[in-house]
Amino acid sequence: MSTPLDGKPEFRLADQTLATIDRVIASYPTKASALMPALWAVMDELGHVPTEAVDLLVAKLEVTRARIYEVLTFYTMYRTEPQAENVLQVCHNISCHIMGARNIIAHLEKRLGVRIGETTPDGKFALEGAECLGACGHGPCLQLGKHLYENLTPAKTDELLDSLRKGVVPRADTDRELED
Amino acid sequence: MLSARFDRNDGHKRSVYEQEGGYQALRMALGKMTPVEVREEVKESGLRGRGGAGFPTGVKWGFVPADADDVYFMVNADESEPGTFKDRYLLDYDPHQTLEGTIISCYAVGAKLAYIYIRGEFGWLIDRTEQAVQEAYAAGYLGQDILGSGYSLDVIVHKGAGAYICGEETGLINSVEGRKGQPRIKPPFPAVSGFLDKPTIVNNVESVASVPWILNNGAAAYRKFGTEKSPGTKLFSVSGPVKNPGVYEIPLGLPFREFYHDWLGGMIDGEELKAVIVGGSSVPVLPAAEMMTVNLDYESLAQAGTMLGSGGMIIIPESCDMVELIQVLMHFYFDESCGQCTPCREGTGWLHRIIKRLRGGEGTAADLDLLEHVCRGMEGLTICPLADAAVMPMMSFLQKFRPEFEALVQETAPAGPTSRWPRGEQE
Repeated sequence: MSTPLDGKPEFRLADQTLATIDRVIASYPTKASALMPALWAVMDELGHVPTEAVDLLVAKLEVTRARIYEVLTFYTMYRTEPQAENVLQVCHNISCHIMGARNIIAHLEKRLGVRIGETTPDGKFALEGAECLGACGHGPCLQLGKHLYENLTPAKTDELLDSLRKGVVPRADTDRELED
Repeated sequence: MLSARFDRNDGHKRSVYEQEGGYQALRMALGKMTPVEVREEVKESGLRGRGGAGFPTGVKWGFVPADADDVYFMVNADESEPGTFKDRYLLDYDPHQTLEGTIISCYAVGAKLAYIYIRGEFGWLIDRTEQAVQEAYAAGYLGQDILGSGYSLDVIVHKGAGAYICGEETGLINSVEGRKGQPRIKPPFPAVSGFLDKPTIVNNVESVASVPWILNNGAAAYRKFGTEKSPGTKLFSVSGPVKNPGVYEIPLGLPFREFYHDWLGGMIDGEELKAVIVGGSSVPVLPAAEMMTVNLDYESLAQAGTMLGSGGMIIIPESCDMVELIQVLMHFYFDESCGQCTPCREGTGWLHRIIKRLRGGEGTAADLDLLEHVCRGMEGLTICPLADAAVMPMMSFLQKFRPEFEALVQETAPAGPTSRWPRGEQE
């Protein structure tokens, strides 16, 4: 990797990410319309979308920076800053609320020593509130990455935290095998 | 009809779906029927859009101009309406059913490219649907010259990124164009000018998933289920402290009383039924006594002053504080308002702040009038129905459970709405 004069390492996305971006550009009817999957490709690699990636997409998609930032900031799942290792998003909408989401949030706040919306000092956990995650019949629930943990109790929440502290992501309720 | 494979762990496989008659409707449609015939059959079935609005699916398809060359089709799996989790089941347990319905629907409207728009939070579901799409390509159900019919179609699974408003069809279209998901002014309706200004049909997952059964069995057989104006079956996703929450497929017209006692098993021990939001958080709430007299179909629920909506049924127990619940909902609509229409952007914030003030012990009797006043300044005055979707629960909670709001009013606080308007406070 070369180093430009300002001393910062050159920004470069993984070849696989670049290939994904080129593939979605080819499959969407217009280059600009491939913006959301292109942003997801960056998110999947880095966990956030830095300004250097935005510059790259300006060139590849032939859209303005403003257009990209509009989209980047409109949708809650895209992030512009590096994220905690584990972002725990607890649903606080009506069905989960009825089934005790507040207790789960209070329990997590106590166990992690942070308030909702904050990140632990070691950067391991961020605790966030989320609007309805579509698990209403299995509430309370929380989202971690691609998966949902459902029917949460304080005990189940503790198990999840203990496992994550050891670096093991436990099997989620939506984590069904995709064997064929 | 729709939920045959919901209890199984292998129903998502193409081989299982095919063994049970899957993709036969597609073979029949492409081999023996013209697109117009498919459209007529679905129109004849009386299938109504299952996303919430209840507009007849076949009629919607008919709005695509006959001479259109580029037509797009979008399956709306942005399921984000609080209380709703049925489309998730359809794609998780039986993705090929929805996929077959998608291909047939695309043939009926002449689309060459379809998107399945899945909310970004359903990460695992996106993988599963993507896998089903790959299986369909491998079997020749997608791609060029499907089953030797000369008809070609591509399907793209599009991942949302967290925005309730993208469930609104023109918001969804803008999102697929790579824009903010802000709804468009109608007309023009998407069937005439939608994605990239071309004719575009947006249908809910459940609507599309109903199509193979209708073709296999005929419109007349479909109409044997349900009522005259609400034919067929409907998925209800039930949440709250009942004994058996979950997703149920019921013939439309089933009395709620029967559904509640016989299917849901009533409340869990120690809880009493207080109220029900029957069709997702955006429809008016009904107290338990009123619910016990309704049937679960479009007309009966409309007559009772609420809506069937998405079928996201939220069961509210006696132990719940209704003002607290409406604060939770108003926070949601305030958070999710896309911000382009002033009545919605400002009104949802006002409603949330007034409720918060009431619950904080600083509300006055004038605040209850102010809630109604703000609601009247929102409903029907915006580009899309999000403002209405906030007003309907707000007004119905206030009307049906007014004593709980009145109990929070502080008689000693200064009166007069002008001095009480909640300005400038940030959430």
